[in-house]
Amino acid sequence: MTQSPQTTPISPEPPPRRSWAGRSRLQSAQEFVVPPLIFVCALITVLTTVGIVFVLGLETVRFFRVAGIGLFEFLGGATLNPKADPPRYGILPLLWGTFVIAFGSSLIALPIGLLSAIFLSEYAPRGLRAVLKPALELLAGIPTIVYGYLALLLVTPVLKAVLEPAIRVEFYNALSACIVVGVMIIPMVSSLSEDVLSAVPRGLREAAYGLGATKFEVATRVVLPAGLSGVLASFLLAISRAVGETMAVLLAAGVKPQIVLNPLRSVETMTAYIVNVMKGEAAVGSAEHLSLYAVGMALFAITLAMNIVSGIILKHFREEYE
Amino acid sequence: MSRASDALYRPRRGLRRALGAGFAGLCLAATLSGVVVLVVLLGAVLVKALALPPNPPWFAVGEQLRELAAFLSRIASSTNSPNPELAGFKAGIIGSLWLLLLVALIAIPVGVGAGLYLEEYAPAGRLRRAIQTNIANLAGVPSIVYGILGLVVFSRAFGFQALALGKMLWAGALTLSLLVLPIVVIATQEALRAVPPSLRQAALALGATRWQVIRDHVLPSALPGILTGTILALSRAIGETAPLLMVGAANSILFPPSGPSDYYTALPVEIYNFATLPREEFRSVAAGGILILLGILLSMNAVAIFLRTPTGQRAASRAIAQLGRLGWSGRRAGRSRTGLASAVVVPGPGASGPDSEVAQPTDQGGAES
Repeated sequence: MTQSPQTTPISPEPPPRRSWAGRSRLQSAQEFVVPPLIFVCALITVLTTVGIVFVLGLETVRFFRVAGIGLFEFLGGATLNPKADPPRYGILPLLWGTFVIAFGSSLIALPIGLLSAIFLSEYAPRGLRAVLKPALELLAGIPTIVYGYLALLLVTPVLKAVLEPAIRVEFYNALSACIVVGVMIIPMVSSLSEDVLSAVPRGLREAAYGLGATKFEVATRVVLPAGLSGVLASFLLAISRAVGETMAVLLAAGVKPQIVLNPLRSVETMTAYIVNVMKGEAAVGSAEHLSLYAVGMALFAITLAMNIVSGIILKHFREEYE
Repeated sequence: MSRASDALYRPRRGLRRALGAGFAGLCLAATLSGVVVLVVLLGAVLVKALALPPNPPWFAVGEQLRELAAFLSRIASSTNSPNPELAGFKAGIIGSLWLLLLVALIAIPVGVGAGLYLEEYAPAGRLRRAIQTNIANLAGVPSIVYGILGLVVFSRAFGFQALALGKMLWAGALTLSLLVLPIVVIATQEALRAVPPSLRQAALALGATRWQVIRDHVLPSALPGILTGTILALSRAIGETAPLLMVGAANSILFPPSGPSDYYTALPVEIYNFATLPREEFRSVAAGGILILLGILLSMNAVAIFLRTPTGQRAASRAIAQLGRLGWSGRRAGRSRTGLASAVVVPGPGASGPDSEVAQPTDQGGAES
């Protein structure tokens, strides 16, 4: 350090201004202005949640008052027909439609996503992995409207061509929605699970190899159980994404609220109902219009519960290797 | 080696090997299925976009490409029409670009601010944990729920006519901003966490205040990461349809919006409308719109993926350092930045050490605790 001898700590005159870069009035002001400002930014995220709960809660209460039905009638009613006389607002058909789509798409996405996660973390050579991971991420970046369009353009016609003379396939059907939504959430399962599986320490694998296990045994009996909590959490997140999916199911599964087991017939999900009411001519403030908030509340509650449970699984059932 | 010892030391070896090979093949097939789907998806859309006449034979690649280019430029330059020969996406493309701009202007500052607060300022405790949990949960809320929120809060303003944004572009932009905010916050936090603590300590030790440390050292070196996450968030925003249907993206408007207070529509919304029209030709128009949308999205994603590679990060840091030299955050700030950020991020030629005449910081008052 080339320190001149004059600058002792008790020098009587202040040092020349240019030697100290950090203090103008503007800059001292920044010190006081910035923390509250960015605190407000953080507060906006909290306000968003408060806003969602407040808006949905308020309008749901209004719905029950205007429609004159009770909570039990809403949650337990098996018919949904706002145009009927008297109008019927049972959410069960929508819950059923949502369940069918979520279940069917997870039948496709969970196994495929998990297997690709295992492949990427255990088997893939570096070069292949460097190509496949971005490709899967691109798949995740495709907007849902494209998947919906694909269901109309490709999946339903193929289903018709394969099954049609024997089994009737409706133009809007649950199966094509399950297929496109399933494909849509594969990258979610695979990338989240892969992160968890890659994080399993090498030592565990090497110990298993040392005991004579094959690669298959290491992958399925050592690595997978070690990362199980993360894999389950990714499953839940993917299912919750399927539950909240709108455009693909609206285009593929249609807007017919009915409880049917046949996946080749049309169903309506909660999300599709919300959009459908909005697009319809229901007057603002009418019971039919307000019903979209009640359905939105149910949707929000279901997805929130799944996300919270997945967070708890991730936090409390994680294996610690320290 | 006898059979008995083989069974003892390598139990069911043949079976286990076969199982392993089969499982590896299954995993590979599952992974490739994703890639296959991507190819099929693009192929199907492409074929549909080329389905309108003229139809040159499939092997005439040059002809096909010329037709595709002509088709895409036609639908990019004409607005909605009941005639599929004339219909296009001009209004939607311009609407989407407006939305992109406004969302970037709203969501990035707020998101980066919130991320900074959580990582750099918030005292560890219950408040911070609560905000953190809240952001994680917000990221999982379905987009249609944001649409409902935007409908009541922005479009209707709880019924106050004076404040209601109705079907203005503002309503869509604000709704989408809230939608992508959690993604920006999480990306910012991850980027900030990757900045080594030694950088902060070194700057603090030289007498920089907390905000100076962040502005001149932490933010510049976290910026490539923040940019990556932000681009991904924006590409999510540009592809969203459902919330826009809730906050009034109109079915058919003939004139592109000329400002944020106009009625608007967006590219994905128009694709949805064309896809639901009964005439088959509109499906081809929709396919063309999807190609345009995917073109925008894939180029955004490619930039994001590039920024994440080491080469991309170096390029980004160099660009940021250049910006800093041009007086990115004021000339005075440039002086205190010269030392650390450029030394750590990129050892630029103009980097000089901190001032050699060391004054005593304390008698200037206001040194941070």
